[in-house]
Amino acid sequence: MGLLSDPNRRKALTGLLTRLNTPICIVCYLAGIVWFMGLAFEPFTLRTYMSENAMGSTMVEERFSSGERALSLAKEFDAHKRQARGMPVEWLVKAMQSRGLEVFTQSFSRKLPFPDENKERYMVRGTNVYGILRAPRAPRTEALVITAPCSPGNTNNQAVALLLALAQYFRNQIYWAKDIIFLVNEHDLIGTQAWLEGYHHTNITGMEYSPLQGRAGSIQAALSLELSSDVITSLDLVLEGLNGQLPNLDLANLFYAFCQKLGVLCTIQGKLQRNDWDTAEGYTHAAQTMMLMVLKQACGRSWGDHGLFLRYHIEAASVRGINSFRHYKTDATTIGRLLEGMVRKLNNLLERLHQSYFFYLLPSLSRFVSIGYYMPAFGLLAVILLLRVSFPGLCHCFSVSLQPSSPGVLTVLTPVVISHLTGVALYLLPVHLQEMAVEHFPVSETEAVVLTAIAIYTAGLALPHNTQRLLSGEGTEQGWKVLKLTALLYLAVLLGCTALINFSLGFILAVTLVPITASITPHMPKALYAVVMVLLSPAFTILYCVFIYQELIEAPVSVSEGWMLFLSVISQGILDHALYGSLVYPLLALFIYPCWLMFWNILFWN
Amino acid sequence: MLILSSLLLFILLAAARDEFQEELVIRPLHSGDIYASFQFRTLWDTDFLQEGQKVSHYRLFPKSLGQVLSKFSVRELHISFTQGFWRTMQWGQPFIPSPPGAELWVWFHDTVSDVDGNWKELTNVLSGIFCASLNFIDLTNTVQPSASFKPLGLGNATDHRFLRYATLPREIVCTENLTPWKKLLPCGSKAGLAVLMKSEKLFHSSFHSQAVHIRPICQDEQCSSKAWELRQTLNVVFDLHTSGQGKKEWSLFKMFSRTLTEACPLASSSKVYVDITDNPELFELSPATPLLGQAVVLGDRRTYSVYDLIMPTSSMVLSPCALGDMLRPLLHAERYVAGFGLQTGEIHTVIYNNHPYRAFPVLLMDSVPWYLQLYIHTLTVTSKSRDNKPSYIHYQPAKDRHRPHLLEMLIQLPPHSMTEVTVQFERALLKWTEYTPDPNHGFYVGSSVVSALVPSMVAMRTNFTQDQPLFSSFVPVKEESSYFVRVYTEPLLVNLPTPDFSMPYNVICLTCTVVAVGYGSFYNLLTRTFQVDEPSPPLSKRLANLIRRMRGVPLLT
Repeated sequence: MGLLSDPNRRKALTGLLTRLNTPICIVCYLAGIVWFMGLAFEPFTLRTYMSENAMGSTMVEERFSSGERALSLAKEFDAHKRQARGMPVEWLVKAMQSRGLEVFTQSFSRKLPFPDENKERYMVRGTNVYGILRAPRAPRTEALVITAPCSPGNTNNQAVALLLALAQYFRNQIYWAKDIIFLVNEHDLIGTQAWLEGYHHTNITGMEYSPLQGRAGSIQAALSLELSSDVITSLDLVLEGLNGQLPNLDLANLFYAFCQKLGVLCTIQGKLQRNDWDTAEGYTHAAQTMMLMVLKQACGRSWGDHGLFLRYHIEAASVRGINSFRHYKTDATTIGRLLEGMVRKLNNLLERLHQSYFFYLLPSLSRFVSIGYYMPAFGLLAVILLLRVSFPGLCHCFSVSLQPSSPGVLTVLTPVVISHLTGVALYLLPVHLQEMAVEHFPVSETEAVVLTAIAIYTAGLALPHNTQRLLSGEGTEQGWKVLKLTALLYLAVLLGCTALINFSLGFILAVTLVPITASITPHMPKALYAVVMVLLSPAFTILYCVFIYQELIEAPVSVSEGWMLFLSVISQGILDHALYGSLVYPLLALFIYPCWLMFWNILFWN
Repeated sequence: MLILSSLLLFILLAAARDEFQEELVIRPLHSGDIYASFQFRTLWDTDFLQEGQKVSHYRLFPKSLGQVLSKFSVRELHISFTQGFWRTMQWGQPFIPSPPGAELWVWFHDTVSDVDGNWKELTNVLSGIFCASLNFIDLTNTVQPSASFKPLGLGNATDHRFLRYATLPREIVCTENLTPWKKLLPCGSKAGLAVLMKSEKLFHSSFHSQAVHIRPICQDEQCSSKAWELRQTLNVVFDLHTSGQGKKEWSLFKMFSRTLTEACPLASSSKVYVDITDNPELFELSPATPLLGQAVVLGDRRTYSVYDLIMPTSSMVLSPCALGDMLRPLLHAERYVAGFGLQTGEIHTVIYNNHPYRAFPVLLMDSVPWYLQLYIHTLTVTSKSRDNKPSYIHYQPAKDRHRPHLLEMLIQLPPHSMTEVTVQFERALLKWTEYTPDPNHGFYVGSSVVSALVPSMVAMRTNFTQDQPLFSSFVPVKEESSYFVRVYTEPLLVNLPTPDFSMPYNVICLTCTVVAVGYGSFYNLLTRTFQVDEPSPPLSKRLANLIRRMRGVPLLT
């Protein structure tokens, strides 16, 4: 800091920063992108390792052998499910009771804010059935959860059956130190949410549920099982949870260790691991896997039943059986053994999982990128915003504008307020105006909500950029500079906070928002820059993400299909917010979009 | 020789009378498990606490305990070690309830001046006797309940200054606690019922609880003089599911891997009771016993097959048992922590009264460690979704690092109802040395205690008779229509905000660097005034200026 206390050198430094401001910003941006892409390169990543001692050295022996029985149970369950046209509650209760569990049920109901067209539901009414295996000589203070969703149709019968078979096997063992809760939930995430809220006696999403009768203390970890076929080729691990939360990396390590031990093919993001990191294909593969994780994390929804547990500080992951056309098959006994091994090791835990990382990206199951490695990529993008603050003319005008006689304050405050009011409208109106929209236009409720959102978003572009001319006749040079300074700092804080909680979301927003916001002035060719700005606006970012995601999961879509997907993504985002408390929609509507509008306002200042 | 033997006889006669009884109750439970309850009672017609009398001759009564009682002027002592949780909903009420972990409550004699000092020493001594971590009992987990723990023996002490109560919910009970407990028995584990206590079998169970209760009782019905009673109890629940491979068949050998051959020679009575009330025709006892006994215990009349061990038998019992739903015990309580996050939370205690038409009052006692800061103004008691005002509340707020919260309430439970008691709390941030070695495991909050007089279905026997079985005579019955029940809820495991202890070095380094570099230089920049230092003019210029000053023309700059 001697650099700063010496006025000459300080002058030289600021001179350098102002003179080379644009080139430095460009270099930072490119460096950020390159750094990020480099994260998938294997020599730059670390190998995963088990940090938790209680799970590492104590090897357990897997003896589960009733996979065949589980499969016949799956057929029985299927028959009862068909008969009951939904969850066969009574059968499940009997089945769990006969296996020596304490069985309880919980009924819940939820009216969605608007019909969910993907899953075709509006008024949801269901029952969760759960059985508690009491650990001998443990005082009901700790528990593990194994859950299997009871899905409509033919799916997931095997998961429920395997759950029951495991319960039967576990009941006859003496070594349990934690109670084990076997949960079969109806209506996938809604059921899980109802159960979790019931268990913790909270109500954060307006769910109606009957109180739980049986509890087992604080839940240490949870595994969600999804299995739809008798044999599988690989097991996929799903980690991304609500709001981009991830479980402790040790849970992923545990899964990987047991897959290795039992010789089960394991994937993450549906992608197998490759060993040829030094070839272009190997790198692309790792980069694709990592990009998929970034996209899934950024969208902030729960990608499996496990995702909702994370809010309650319960480490959870979903294990999904995949049956493709490979020759190598794994039977139910092996999957049972894998789960048995994982649960036994979790049972050995003395403390909550806390040793390993909570913030990481996975280019493959055996490699990880920790927060220390990926944060610089974001930092390089965020520093551009701060560098632009020191751009000539921006800094000193701020001190000028603070003087009482300056015209700046009111002209700057108005667009800020109007932008945010537009954001509030975008947040509130789509759901509240759906009835009116359905009356006047020939659309369904879901379409009404999505189209209202898009309409408000578009209307926002037209609205605020005229106001300051009405106020003071003409926008002053100083006015837009103050506005830009405010907006830049605002955006830097917003993105910084977002990236700390959900790196992926912060990074994706930074990639699209930073270049245009850093360079915008009113003196640019308006038509051209307006088009560029709209193309780099938050809504278009979502659209690009949809296309990239489809490309990465090897299911490319046409433009019209992509548009339909985009619409459903918006409706799902709003639903996720209402049902589970996902924060991405309010973040975009209440903060990011108004902030972007402030820059839009600068473009049309004069 | 003759003189010597007559002297010996004289000493024996002169010493106070004492007797020893042992008893085992086996009860097939509703859930299909087997409950085995051992009780050993030593009665001694003497008084340790009498002034001027020093008791030094011990026969059946363990000397180690007797000395402790007289040294610390203990009036009544109850200690229990429990591994597991009694599942009231499946098993019904136990004969003697106990909370998970260790529980100790002691009434001191009212002549004791320094109760806290005595208590501290006593816990340390007991810790040595029972090989348990009772020395972790200190003022931060000791309370003085005002109403929940009345003396069970003789005397009507009500001044709760002489009572100390503490639980250690984290205590783990194992063989090392069982061995010293067995050594207190007159026959040890050499003969009598105690031969069944093989630790590998006892700890291969769903529930294990061992206890010692010492109290003064009346010697006879007139209560003219005092006798000391030592009861040692051991309760085990065996899980037939894990050991029996689905067969509902059990025998003493299967459960304990030992059989009974003879009674303890020192015992005046040695009996085995098998509860056959539930479905006597389904039971098949072998060898069959003609002796049937009846006892009223916990508000219920039960029928027992009685085996007297004075006549040697070996018992093998077959019992087919139906696996059923949950029981509905008249009184039942459970507790949990609601909410999420590491800042606040809410303790919910739910008490069920399953009596169809009788309301009865219960005493709820909660002792919460100081690091959960209770917001007592958020205390609510609701029954049938209506506010239920407790008729008596005794609340002693915690002092940080000195004493726990104590909350006692008398609540009237309406018939067939669920009463919910909630209170919010905030989790304190501890000092870094106060965390346990495994801070991420969480911190325990002991069970809350619900004590009640529950309306009885059958008339209880209030008269004091010697011949009733031990298990039905522990708690004195004062009235015919109700019986005393104590229910313990599950302990809680609460996570407190925990720093990442693995990185203090990194944190110290980072903090020091930030302070040194960042703060230091910014402070420097903000406080220092900067002045542009004029470089001193070259020599030629100074000379020129000197000349110009003399000439009176303006100087060069």
